[in-house]
Amino acid sequence: IACLVMYLFAEFDDAANLLAANPDATTISIDEPVEIPKNQHSRLQEPGREEDDELLGTDDSDKTELLAGQKKSAPFWTFEYYQTFFDVDTYQVLDRIKGSVFPVPGKNFVRLYIRSNPDLYGPFWICATLVFTIAVSGNLSNFFIHLGKPTYHYVPEFRKVSIAATTIYAYAWLVPLALWGFLMWRNSKVMNIVSYSFLEIVCVYGYSLFIYIPTAILWIIPQQVVRWVLVVFSLCLSGSVLVMTFWPAVRDDNRRIAVATVASILLLHALLAVGCLAYFFDAPELDIPAPIIPAHNGTTVITKSH
Amino acid sequence: FPGLADVSIAQDIPVEGEITVPVGSQSPDEDYSTLDEPVKDTIMRDLKAVGKKFVHVMYPRKSSALLRDWDLWGPLVLCVSLALMLQGGSADSKDDGGPQFAEVFVIIWFGAVVITLNSKLLGGTISFFQSLCVLGYCVLPLTVAMLVCRLVLLAGAGTVSFIIRLIVVGAMFGWSTLASTAFLADSQPPNRKALVVYPIFLFYFVISWMILTFTPQ
Repeated sequence: IACLVMYLFAEFDDAANLLAANPDATTISIDEPVEIPKNQHSRLQEPGREEDDELLGTDDSDKTELLAGQKKSAPFWTFEYYQTFFDVDTYQVLDRIKGSVFPVPGKNFVRLYIRSNPDLYGPFWICATLVFTIAVSGNLSNFFIHLGKPTYHYVPEFRKVSIAATTIYAYAWLVPLALWGFLMWRNSKVMNIVSYSFLEIVCVYGYSLFIYIPTAILWIIPQQVVRWVLVVFSLCLSGSVLVMTFWPAVRDDNRRIAVATVASILLLHALLAVGCLAYFFDAPELDIPAPIIPAHNGTTVITKSH
Repeated sequence: FPGLADVSIAQDIPVEGEITVPVGSQSPDEDYSTLDEPVKDTIMRDLKAVGKKFVHVMYPRKSSALLRDWDLWGPLVLCVSLALMLQGGSADSKDDGGPQFAEVFVIIWFGAVVITLNSKLLGGTISFFQSLCVLGYCVLPLTVAMLVCRLVLLAGAGTVSFIIRLIVVGAMFGWSTLASTAFLADSQPPNRKALVVYPIFLFYFVISWMILTFTPQ
Protein backbone atom coordinates (compact mmCIF):
# COMPACT_ATOMS: atom_id res chain seq x y z
CA ILE A 1 0.00 0.00 0.00
CA ALA A 2 2.91 2.34 0.71
CA CYS A 3 4.27 1.70 -2.76
CA LEU A 4 0.88 2.46 -4.32
CA VAL A 5 0.63 5.72 -2.37
CA MET A 6 4.16 6.68 -3.40
CA TYR A 7 3.31 5.98 -7.03
CA LEU A 8 0.23 8.16 -6.84
CA PHE A 9 2.20 10.96 -5.13
CA ALA A 10 4.82 10.68 -7.87
CA GLU A 11 2.15 11.16 -10.49
CA PHE A 12 0.74 14.14 -8.61
CA ASP A 13 4.24 15.56 -8.29
CA ASP A 14 4.72 15.37 -12.03
CA ALA A 15 1.39 17.00 -12.63
CA ALA A 16 2.18 19.71 -10.06
CA ASN A 17 5.56 20.35 -11.70
CA LEU A 18 3.94 20.68 -15.09
CA LEU A 19 1.35 23.02 -13.70
CA ALA A 20 3.99 25.14 -11.99
CA ALA A 21 5.88 25.38 -15.27
CA ASN A 22 2.82 26.42 -17.21
CA PRO A 23 0.21 27.97 -14.91
CA ASP A 24 -2.16 28.79 -17.69
CA ALA A 25 -2.52 25.27 -18.91
CA THR A 26 -5.92 23.79 -18.41
CA THR A 27 -5.94 20.59 -16.50
CA ILE A 28 -8.49 17.83 -16.43
CA SER A 29 -9.08 16.29 -13.05
CA ILE A 30 -9.39 12.54 -13.10
CA ASP A 31 -11.48 10.83 -10.47
CA GLU A 32 -9.53 8.99 -7.78
CA PRO A 33 -11.11 5.49 -8.14
CA VAL A 34 -10.12 5.33 -11.82
CA GLU A 35 -6.48 5.43 -10.77
CA ILE A 36 -6.55 1.98 -9.26
CA PRO A 37 -7.53 -0.09 -12.32
CA LYS A 38 -5.31 2.13 -14.46
CA ASN A 39 -2.48 1.28 -12.12
CA GLN A 40 -3.27 -2.40 -12.50
CA HIS A 41 -3.26 -2.13 -16.28
CA SER A 42 0.04 -0.31 -16.31
CA ARG A 43 1.45 -3.09 -14.19
CA LEU A 44 0.39 -5.50 -16.90
CA GLN A 45 2.64 -3.79 -19.38
CA GLU A 46 5.65 -3.46 -17.09
CA PRO A 47 7.04 -6.86 -16.28
CA GLY A 48 9.75 -5.17 -14.27
CA ARG A 49 7.28 -4.42 -11.54
CA GLU A 50 6.61 -8.10 -10.98
CA GLU A 51 9.16 -8.14 -8.18
CA ASP A 52 7.11 -5.55 -6.36
CA ASP A 53 4.05 -7.69 -6.86
CA GLU A 54 5.83 -10.66 -5.38
CA LEU A 55 6.93 -8.76 -2.29
CA LEU A 56 3.66 -6.95 -1.72
CA GLY A 57 1.45 -9.98 -1.82
CA THR A 58 -1.03 -8.39 0.59
CA ASP A 59 -1.55 -5.40 -1.62
CA ASP A 60 -2.01 -7.43 -4.74
CA SER A 61 -4.32 -9.97 -3.18
CA ASP A 62 -6.42 -7.17 -1.71
CA LYS A 63 -6.72 -5.60 -5.12
CA THR A 64 -7.41 -8.85 -6.84
CA GLU A 65 -10.11 -9.59 -4.31
CA LEU A 66 -11.60 -6.18 -5.01
CA LEU A 67 -11.48 -6.60 -8.76
CA ALA A 68 -12.75 -10.14 -8.57
CA GLY A 69 -15.72 -8.90 -6.59
CA GLN A 70 -16.39 -6.18 -9.11
CA LYS A 71 -16.15 -8.50 -12.09
CA LYS A 72 -18.36 -11.36 -11.04
CA SER A 73 -21.36 -9.36 -9.99
CA ALA A 74 -23.96 -11.27 -12.01
CA PRO A 75 -25.98 -13.80 -9.96
CA PHE A 76 -24.87 -17.35 -10.43
CA TRP A 77 -28.04 -18.57 -12.09
CA THR A 78 -27.65 -16.28 -15.10
CA PHE A 79 -25.72 -17.04 -18.27
CA GLU A 80 -23.62 -13.86 -17.91
CA TYR A 81 -22.06 -15.18 -14.71
CA TYR A 82 -20.50 -18.08 -16.55
CA GLN A 83 -19.48 -15.88 -19.45
CA THR A 84 -17.06 -14.09 -17.14
CA PHE A 85 -15.07 -17.32 -16.92
CA PHE A 86 -14.54 -17.39 -20.68
CA ASP A 87 -13.36 -13.82 -21.04
CA VAL A 88 -10.09 -14.66 -22.77
CA ASP A 89 -8.71 -14.03 -26.23
CA THR A 90 -6.68 -16.42 -28.37
CA TYR A 91 -3.35 -14.80 -27.59
CA GLN A 92 -4.06 -14.93 -23.84
CA VAL A 93 -4.72 -18.66 -23.94
CA LEU A 94 -1.56 -19.21 -25.97
CA ASP A 95 0.44 -17.09 -23.52
CA ARG A 96 -0.84 -19.12 -20.58
CA ILE A 97 0.02 -22.38 -22.30
CA LYS A 98 3.50 -21.06 -23.03
CA GLY A 99 3.87 -20.02 -19.40
CA SER A 100 2.99 -23.50 -18.20
CA VAL A 101 5.49 -25.21 -20.49
CA PHE A 102 8.44 -22.85 -20.02
CA PRO A 103 8.48 -21.93 -16.33
CA VAL A 104 10.33 -18.71 -15.69
CA PRO A 105 12.35 -19.13 -12.50
CA GLY A 106 11.08 -16.85 -9.78
CA LYS A 107 7.90 -15.86 -11.54
CA ASN A 108 4.56 -17.04 -10.27
CA PHE A 109 2.27 -18.47 -12.97
CA VAL A 110 -0.87 -17.13 -11.36
CA ARG A 111 0.44 -13.60 -10.84
CA LEU A 112 2.12 -13.43 -14.21
CA TYR A 113 -0.49 -14.90 -16.50
CA ILE A 114 -3.81 -15.30 -14.74
CA ARG A 115 -3.86 -11.76 -13.29
CA SER A 116 -7.27 -12.08 -11.62
CA ASN A 117 -8.85 -13.31 -14.84
CA PRO A 118 -9.04 -17.09 -14.39
CA ASP A 119 -10.70 -18.86 -17.26
CA LEU A 120 -12.34 -22.23 -17.60
CA TYR A 121 -11.68 -22.58 -21.33
CA GLY A 122 -8.08 -23.72 -20.92
CA PRO A 123 -8.61 -26.34 -18.19
CA PHE A 124 -11.68 -27.85 -19.87
CA TRP A 125 -10.33 -28.18 -23.40
CA ILE A 126 -6.81 -29.15 -22.36
CA CYS A 127 -8.31 -31.99 -20.32
CA ALA A 128 -10.53 -33.05 -23.25
CA THR A 129 -7.58 -33.02 -25.64
CA LEU A 130 -5.46 -34.96 -23.17
CA VAL A 131 -8.15 -37.63 -22.75
CA PHE A 132 -8.39 -38.29 -26.47
CA THR A 133 -4.65 -37.96 -27.04
CA ILE A 134 -3.89 -40.59 -24.41
CA ALA A 135 -6.57 -42.95 -25.71
CA VAL A 136 -5.51 -42.59 -29.37
CA SER A 137 -1.78 -42.75 -28.64
CA GLY A 138 -2.21 -45.78 -26.41
CA ASN A 139 -4.19 -47.53 -29.10
CA LEU A 140 -1.61 -46.68 -31.79
CA SER A 141 1.31 -47.70 -29.60
CA ASN A 142 -0.25 -51.07 -28.80
CA PHE A 143 -0.98 -51.58 -32.49
CA PHE A 144 2.65 -51.00 -33.48
CA ILE A 145 4.03 -53.13 -30.66
CA HIS A 146 1.89 -56.14 -31.47
CA LEU A 147 1.96 -55.68 -35.24
CA GLY A 148 3.98 -58.67 -36.39
CA LYS A 149 2.33 -61.28 -34.24
CA PRO A 150 0.07 -63.78 -36.03
CA THR A 151 -2.37 -64.07 -33.14
CA TYR A 152 -2.94 -60.33 -32.82
CA HIS A 153 -6.31 -58.93 -33.83
CA TYR A 154 -6.59 -55.16 -33.70
CA VAL A 155 -9.25 -53.75 -31.37
CA PRO A 156 -10.09 -50.06 -31.00
CA GLU A 157 -10.28 -50.34 -27.16
CA PHE A 158 -12.99 -47.76 -26.89
CA ARG A 159 -13.69 -48.51 -23.23
CA LYS A 160 -10.44 -46.86 -22.30
CA VAL A 161 -11.69 -43.46 -23.45
CA SER A 162 -14.27 -43.31 -20.66
CA ILE A 163 -11.72 -44.49 -18.11
CA ALA A 164 -9.23 -41.86 -19.28
CA ALA A 165 -11.91 -39.16 -19.16
CA THR A 166 -12.93 -40.05 -15.60
CA THR A 167 -9.35 -40.12 -14.35
CA ILE A 168 -8.19 -36.90 -15.93
CA TYR A 169 -11.26 -34.83 -15.15
CA ALA A 170 -11.27 -36.12 -11.57
CA TYR A 171 -7.62 -35.14 -11.20
CA ALA A 172 -8.10 -31.70 -12.75
CA TRP A 173 -11.15 -30.80 -10.63
CA LEU A 174 -11.12 -32.79 -7.39
CA VAL A 175 -7.47 -32.29 -6.51
CA PRO A 176 -7.78 -28.48 -6.82
CA LEU A 177 -10.92 -28.66 -4.69
CA ALA A 178 -9.07 -30.58 -1.98
CA LEU A 179 -6.06 -28.28 -2.19
CA TRP A 180 -8.22 -25.17 -2.02
CA GLY A 181 -10.05 -26.51 1.01
CA PHE A 182 -6.77 -27.36 2.68
CA LEU A 183 -5.30 -23.92 1.96
CA MET A 184 -8.44 -22.19 3.26
CA TRP A 185 -8.23 -24.23 6.45
CA ARG A 186 -4.58 -23.35 6.96
CA ASN A 187 -5.38 -19.71 6.18
CA SER A 188 -7.75 -19.60 9.09
CA LYS A 189 -4.95 -20.72 11.40
CA VAL A 190 -1.92 -18.96 9.94
CA MET A 191 -2.19 -15.60 8.21
CA ASN A 192 -0.75 -16.20 4.75
CA ILE A 193 0.27 -13.38 2.49
CA VAL A 194 -0.70 -15.11 -0.70
CA SER A 195 -4.01 -16.86 -1.16
CA TYR A 196 -5.65 -18.18 -4.28
CA SER A 197 -9.27 -18.51 -5.27
CA PHE A 198 -10.63 -21.90 -6.30
CA LEU A 199 -10.76 -20.96 -9.98
CA GLU A 200 -7.14 -19.83 -10.00
CA ILE A 201 -6.06 -23.22 -8.62
CA VAL A 202 -8.18 -25.02 -11.25
CA CYS A 203 -6.59 -22.82 -13.89
CA VAL A 204 -3.04 -23.65 -12.77
CA TYR A 205 -3.76 -27.36 -12.67
CA GLY A 206 -5.50 -27.32 -16.05
CA TYR A 207 -2.72 -25.48 -17.83
CA SER A 208 -0.03 -27.57 -16.13
CA LEU A 209 -1.53 -30.67 -17.76
CA PHE A 210 -0.75 -29.30 -21.21
CA ILE A 211 2.80 -30.70 -21.23
CA TYR A 212 1.38 -34.23 -21.12
CA ILE A 213 -0.21 -33.84 -24.56
CA PRO A 214 3.03 -33.88 -26.58
CA THR A 215 4.42 -36.35 -24.05
CA ALA A 216 1.55 -38.75 -24.74
CA ILE A 217 2.15 -38.47 -28.47
CA LEU A 218 5.85 -39.21 -27.99
CA TRP A 219 5.00 -42.21 -25.81
CA ILE A 220 4.11 -44.04 -29.02
CA ILE A 221 7.83 -44.70 -29.41
CA PRO A 222 8.18 -48.27 -28.12
CA GLN A 223 11.31 -47.81 -26.01
CA GLN A 224 11.03 -47.94 -22.24
CA VAL A 225 14.04 -45.69 -21.73
CA VAL A 226 12.60 -43.00 -23.98
CA ARG A 227 9.24 -43.19 -22.21
CA TRP A 228 10.66 -42.83 -18.74
CA VAL A 229 12.93 -39.97 -19.80
CA LEU A 230 9.85 -38.22 -21.16
CA VAL A 231 7.98 -38.81 -17.89
CA VAL A 232 10.79 -37.28 -15.85
CA PHE A 233 11.21 -34.35 -18.22
CA SER A 234 7.53 -33.38 -18.35
CA LEU A 235 7.21 -33.90 -14.61
CA CYS A 236 10.08 -31.49 -13.99
CA LEU A 237 8.57 -28.81 -16.20
CA SER A 238 4.97 -28.88 -15.01
CA GLY A 239 5.94 -29.79 -11.46
CA SER A 240 8.13 -26.73 -11.23
CA VAL A 241 5.23 -24.54 -12.34
CA LEU A 242 3.05 -26.03 -9.60
CA VAL A 243 5.77 -25.71 -6.96
CA MET A 244 6.52 -22.10 -7.83
CA THR A 245 2.82 -21.33 -7.65
CA PHE A 246 2.05 -22.98 -4.35
CA TRP A 247 5.24 -22.49 -2.39
CA PRO A 248 4.49 -18.80 -1.63
CA ALA A 249 1.09 -19.82 -0.35
CA VAL A 250 2.39 -22.24 2.27
CA ARG A 251 5.87 -20.99 3.16
CA ASP A 252 4.61 -18.94 6.10
CA ASP A 253 3.13 -22.01 7.64
CA ASN A 254 4.75 -24.65 9.78
CA ARG A 255 7.82 -25.88 7.88
CA ARG A 256 6.79 -29.52 7.94
CA ILE A 257 3.27 -28.84 6.71
CA ALA A 258 4.55 -26.64 3.90
CA VAL A 259 7.00 -29.25 2.68
CA ALA A 260 4.40 -32.01 3.03
CA THR A 261 1.86 -30.04 0.99
CA VAL A 262 4.24 -29.33 -1.87
CA ALA A 263 5.52 -32.91 -1.81
CA SER A 264 2.02 -34.34 -2.04
CA ILE A 265 1.18 -32.01 -4.95
CA LEU A 266 4.20 -33.34 -6.83
CA LEU A 267 3.46 -36.92 -5.85
CA LEU A 268 -0.10 -36.79 -7.21
CA HIS A 269 1.15 -35.22 -10.43
CA ALA A 270 3.75 -37.96 -10.85
CA LEU A 271 1.17 -40.62 -10.02
CA LEU A 272 -1.07 -39.40 -12.81
CA ALA A 273 1.72 -39.56 -15.38
CA VAL A 274 3.01 -42.96 -14.31
CA GLY A 275 -0.49 -44.40 -14.00
CA CYS A 276 -1.45 -43.29 -17.51
CA LEU A 277 1.75 -44.71 -18.92
CA ALA A 278 1.26 -48.05 -17.19
CA TYR A 279 -2.43 -48.49 -18.00
CA PHE A 280 -2.80 -47.19 -21.53
CA PHE A 281 0.54 -48.17 -23.02
CA ASP A 282 1.59 -51.80 -23.09
CA ALA A 283 5.19 -52.51 -22.28
CA PRO A 284 7.26 -52.95 -25.43
CA GLU A 285 8.77 -56.37 -25.97
CA LEU A 286 12.38 -56.91 -25.07
CA ASP A 287 14.70 -56.84 -28.08
CA ILE A 288 16.59 -60.00 -27.12
CA PRO A 289 14.19 -62.93 -26.98
CA ALA A 290 15.00 -65.53 -24.39
CA PRO A 291 16.50 -68.53 -26.12
CA ILE A 292 14.01 -71.35 -26.23
CA ILE A 293 15.37 -74.73 -27.11
CA PRO A 294 12.56 -76.83 -28.51
CA ALA A 295 12.64 -80.17 -26.68
CA HIS A 296 11.45 -82.20 -29.68
CA ASN A 297 14.06 -84.83 -28.96
CA GLY A 298 13.01 -85.53 -25.42
CA THR A 299 15.20 -88.53 -24.77
CA THR A 300 18.33 -86.74 -25.81
CA VAL A 301 17.67 -83.91 -23.38
CA ILE A 302 17.00 -86.25 -20.50
CA THR A 303 20.16 -88.23 -21.04
CA LYS A 304 22.14 -84.99 -21.23
CA SER A 305 20.80 -83.72 -17.97
CA HIS A 306 21.95 -86.92 -16.38
CA PHE B 1 -60.26 19.36 -48.37
CA PRO B 2 -58.07 22.32 -49.22
CA GLY B 3 -54.78 20.68 -48.17
CA LEU B 4 -55.07 17.95 -50.72
CA ALA B 5 -55.13 20.28 -53.69
CA ASP B 6 -51.40 20.18 -54.23
CA VAL B 7 -50.89 16.50 -53.59
CA SER B 8 -49.72 14.88 -56.78
CA ILE B 9 -47.95 11.70 -57.75
CA ALA B 10 -44.80 11.94 -59.83
CA GLN B 11 -45.33 10.79 -63.36
CA ASP B 12 -42.41 8.36 -63.44
CA ILE B 13 -43.55 6.21 -60.53
CA PRO B 14 -45.78 3.45 -61.88
CA VAL B 15 -48.94 3.03 -59.95
CA GLU B 16 -50.40 -0.35 -60.29
CA GLY B 17 -52.18 -3.03 -58.34
CA GLU B 18 -55.33 -5.05 -58.17
CA ILE B 19 -58.43 -3.28 -57.16
CA THR B 20 -60.61 -6.32 -57.04
CA VAL B 21 -60.14 -8.62 -54.05
CA PRO B 22 -60.69 -12.13 -55.35
CA VAL B 23 -62.66 -14.39 -53.08
CA GLY B 24 -62.01 -18.05 -52.65
CA SER B 25 -58.72 -19.81 -53.07
CA GLN B 26 -56.40 -16.83 -52.70
CA SER B 27 -57.17 -15.65 -49.18
CA PRO B 28 -53.92 -15.23 -47.15
CA ASP B 29 -54.91 -17.72 -44.49
CA GLU B 30 -54.74 -20.58 -46.95
CA ASP B 31 -50.97 -20.12 -47.52
CA TYR B 32 -50.04 -20.66 -43.87
CA SER B 33 -52.46 -23.40 -42.96
CA THR B 34 -50.94 -26.73 -43.79
CA LEU B 35 -53.55 -28.78 -42.03
CA ASP B 36 -55.59 -29.59 -45.08
CA GLU B 37 -52.87 -30.50 -47.50
CA PRO B 38 -52.09 -34.10 -48.38
CA VAL B 39 -49.55 -35.84 -46.13
CA LYS B 40 -47.28 -36.38 -49.11
CA ASP B 41 -46.90 -32.60 -49.50
CA THR B 42 -45.91 -32.15 -45.86
CA ILE B 43 -43.32 -34.89 -45.96
CA MET B 44 -41.93 -33.79 -49.31
CA ARG B 45 -41.54 -30.22 -48.13
CA ASP B 46 -39.51 -31.30 -45.10
CA LEU B 47 -37.51 -33.76 -47.15
CA LYS B 48 -36.73 -31.07 -49.69
CA ALA B 49 -35.56 -28.74 -46.93
CA VAL B 50 -33.30 -31.44 -45.52
CA GLY B 51 -31.99 -32.30 -48.99
CA LYS B 52 -31.27 -28.66 -49.76
CA LYS B 53 -29.23 -28.42 -46.57
CA PHE B 54 -27.28 -31.55 -47.54
CA VAL B 55 -26.36 -29.85 -50.79
CA HIS B 56 -25.30 -26.74 -48.89
CA VAL B 57 -22.97 -28.84 -46.76
CA MET B 58 -21.40 -30.65 -49.69
CA TYR B 59 -20.77 -27.38 -51.52
CA PRO B 60 -20.30 -24.88 -48.70
CA ARG B 61 -20.94 -21.34 -49.82
CA LYS B 62 -21.70 -18.22 -47.87
CA SER B 63 -25.41 -18.87 -47.78
CA SER B 64 -27.52 -18.43 -44.71
CA ALA B 65 -30.09 -21.09 -45.53
CA LEU B 66 -28.59 -23.54 -43.05
CA LEU B 67 -28.64 -21.00 -40.28
CA ARG B 68 -32.00 -19.38 -40.93
CA ASP B 69 -34.23 -22.41 -41.24
CA TRP B 70 -32.61 -24.80 -38.86
CA ASP B 71 -33.97 -28.26 -38.28
CA LEU B 72 -32.64 -31.30 -36.50
CA TRP B 73 -34.03 -34.02 -38.79
CA GLY B 74 -30.87 -34.19 -40.86
CA PRO B 75 -28.52 -34.50 -37.88
CA LEU B 76 -30.73 -37.20 -36.37
CA VAL B 77 -30.76 -39.25 -39.56
CA LEU B 78 -27.00 -38.87 -39.99
CA CYS B 79 -26.22 -39.71 -36.38
CA VAL B 80 -28.40 -42.84 -36.37
CA SER B 81 -27.02 -44.11 -39.68
CA LEU B 82 -23.42 -43.47 -38.58
CA ALA B 83 -24.01 -45.25 -35.26
CA LEU B 84 -25.65 -48.18 -37.03
CA MET B 85 -22.82 -48.52 -39.52
CA LEU B 86 -20.29 -48.53 -36.66
CA GLN B 87 -21.91 -51.66 -35.23
CA GLY B 88 -20.92 -55.17 -36.05
CA GLY B 89 -17.24 -54.55 -35.54
CA SER B 90 -16.76 -55.85 -32.04
CA ALA B 91 -13.88 -58.14 -31.23
CA ASP B 92 -13.85 -61.29 -29.12
CA SER B 93 -14.38 -59.67 -25.75
CA LYS B 94 -17.05 -57.05 -25.42
CA ASP B 95 -14.81 -54.78 -23.39
CA ASP B 96 -12.25 -54.02 -26.03
CA GLY B 97 -14.46 -53.53 -29.00
CA GLY B 98 -15.52 -50.47 -30.85
CA PRO B 99 -18.00 -47.91 -29.61
CA GLN B 100 -21.49 -49.10 -28.83
CA PHE B 101 -24.53 -47.46 -30.41
CA ALA B 102 -25.27 -45.40 -27.32
CA GLU B 103 -21.67 -44.25 -27.08
CA VAL B 104 -21.64 -42.89 -30.64
CA PHE B 105 -24.97 -41.18 -30.06
CA VAL B 106 -23.82 -39.58 -26.81
CA ILE B 107 -20.50 -38.47 -28.25
CA ILE B 108 -22.10 -36.77 -31.24
CA TRP B 109 -24.94 -35.04 -29.41
CA PHE B 110 -23.11 -34.25 -26.18
CA GLY B 111 -20.09 -33.07 -28.15
CA ALA B 112 -22.24 -30.79 -30.29
CA VAL B 113 -23.96 -29.34 -27.20
CA VAL B 114 -20.63 -28.69 -25.47
CA ILE B 115 -19.18 -26.99 -28.55
CA THR B 116 -22.29 -24.81 -28.86
CA LEU B 117 -22.12 -23.83 -25.19
CA ASN B 118 -18.44 -23.07 -25.62
CA SER B 119 -19.02 -20.76 -28.56
CA LYS B 120 -21.88 -19.00 -26.79
CA LEU B 121 -19.83 -18.53 -23.62
CA LEU B 122 -17.02 -17.03 -25.66
CA GLY B 123 -19.42 -14.39 -26.92
CA GLY B 124 -20.81 -15.87 -30.12
CA THR B 125 -24.00 -14.50 -31.61
CA ILE B 126 -25.36 -17.72 -33.05
CA SER B 127 -28.33 -19.34 -31.39
CA PHE B 128 -28.19 -22.71 -29.66
CA PHE B 129 -30.20 -24.75 -32.14
CA GLN B 130 -28.65 -23.11 -35.17
CA SER B 131 -25.24 -24.23 -34.03
CA LEU B 132 -26.49 -27.76 -33.28
CA CYS B 133 -28.03 -27.84 -36.76
CA VAL B 134 -24.78 -26.82 -38.47
CA LEU B 135 -22.62 -29.23 -36.49
CA GLY B 136 -25.04 -32.09 -37.10
CA TYR B 137 -25.35 -31.48 -40.82
CA CYS B 138 -21.59 -31.26 -41.24
CA VAL B 139 -21.30 -34.89 -40.11
CA LEU B 140 -22.55 -35.77 -43.62
CA PRO B 141 -19.09 -36.08 -45.26
CA LEU B 142 -17.98 -38.39 -42.46
CA THR B 143 -21.08 -40.56 -42.91
CA VAL B 144 -20.23 -40.84 -46.60
CA ALA B 145 -16.68 -41.81 -45.57
CA MET B 146 -18.08 -44.52 -43.28
CA LEU B 147 -20.10 -45.92 -46.16
CA VAL B 148 -17.04 -45.99 -48.40
CA CYS B 149 -15.00 -47.64 -45.64
CA ARG B 150 -17.51 -50.42 -45.19
CA LEU B 151 -17.57 -51.05 -48.93
CA VAL B 152 -13.77 -51.11 -49.09
CA LEU B 153 -13.64 -53.49 -46.14
CA LEU B 154 -15.97 -55.86 -47.98
CA ALA B 155 -13.26 -56.23 -50.59
CA GLY B 156 -10.44 -56.89 -48.15
CA ALA B 157 -8.70 -55.73 -44.99
CA GLY B 158 -5.06 -55.45 -45.97
CA THR B 159 -2.63 -52.56 -46.10
CA VAL B 160 -3.96 -51.23 -49.42
CA SER B 161 -7.50 -51.00 -48.10
CA PHE B 162 -6.17 -49.27 -44.98
CA ILE B 163 -4.39 -46.64 -47.06
CA ILE B 164 -7.51 -46.04 -49.15
CA ARG B 165 -9.59 -45.71 -45.99
CA LEU B 166 -7.05 -43.37 -44.44
CA ILE B 167 -7.10 -41.07 -47.46
CA VAL B 168 -10.90 -41.06 -47.70
CA VAL B 169 -11.45 -40.45 -43.99
CA GLY B 170 -8.78 -37.75 -43.91
CA ALA B 171 -10.30 -35.91 -46.86
CA MET B 172 -13.81 -36.09 -45.43
CA PHE B 173 -12.57 -34.93 -42.02
CA GLY B 174 -11.03 -31.87 -43.66
CA TRP B 175 -14.25 -31.26 -45.60
CA SER B 176 -16.42 -31.46 -42.46
CA THR B 177 -14.21 -29.15 -40.48
CA LEU B 178 -13.98 -26.59 -43.27
CA ALA B 179 -17.72 -26.68 -43.94
CA SER B 180 -18.71 -26.16 -40.32
CA THR B 181 -16.05 -23.49 -39.83
CA ALA B 182 -17.35 -21.63 -42.88
CA PHE B 183 -20.80 -21.47 -41.33
CA LEU B 184 -19.88 -20.87 -37.70
CA ALA B 185 -16.77 -18.71 -37.73
CA ASP B 186 -18.50 -15.56 -38.84
CA SER B 187 -20.61 -15.32 -35.73
CA GLN B 188 -17.61 -15.12 -33.41
CA PRO B 189 -15.63 -12.09 -32.26
CA PRO B 190 -12.52 -11.94 -34.44
CA ASN B 191 -9.93 -12.35 -31.70
CA ARG B 192 -11.46 -15.60 -30.47
CA LYS B 193 -12.01 -17.45 -33.72
CA ALA B 194 -9.25 -19.97 -33.06
CA LEU B 195 -10.67 -20.69 -29.63
CA VAL B 196 -13.99 -21.66 -31.23
CA VAL B 197 -12.58 -23.56 -34.22
CA TYR B 198 -10.31 -25.83 -32.19
CA PRO B 199 -13.10 -27.76 -30.35
CA ILE B 200 -14.85 -28.31 -33.70
CA PHE B 201 -11.59 -29.75 -35.04
CA LEU B 202 -11.32 -32.05 -32.01
CA PHE B 203 -14.95 -33.18 -32.38
CA TYR B 204 -14.60 -34.24 -36.01
CA PHE B 205 -11.19 -35.77 -35.29
CA VAL B 206 -12.72 -38.07 -32.68
CA ILE B 207 -15.50 -39.11 -35.07
CA SER B 208 -12.94 -39.73 -37.83
CA TRP B 209 -10.87 -41.84 -35.45
CA MET B 210 -13.91 -43.99 -34.66
CA ILE B 211 -14.55 -44.46 -38.37
CA LEU B 212 -10.95 -45.23 -39.25
CA THR B 213 -10.44 -47.79 -36.49
CA PHE B 214 -13.56 -49.74 -37.38
CA THR B 215 -12.55 -53.32 -37.99
CA PRO B 216 -15.02 -55.99 -38.96
CA GLN B 217 -15.12 -59.20 -37.01
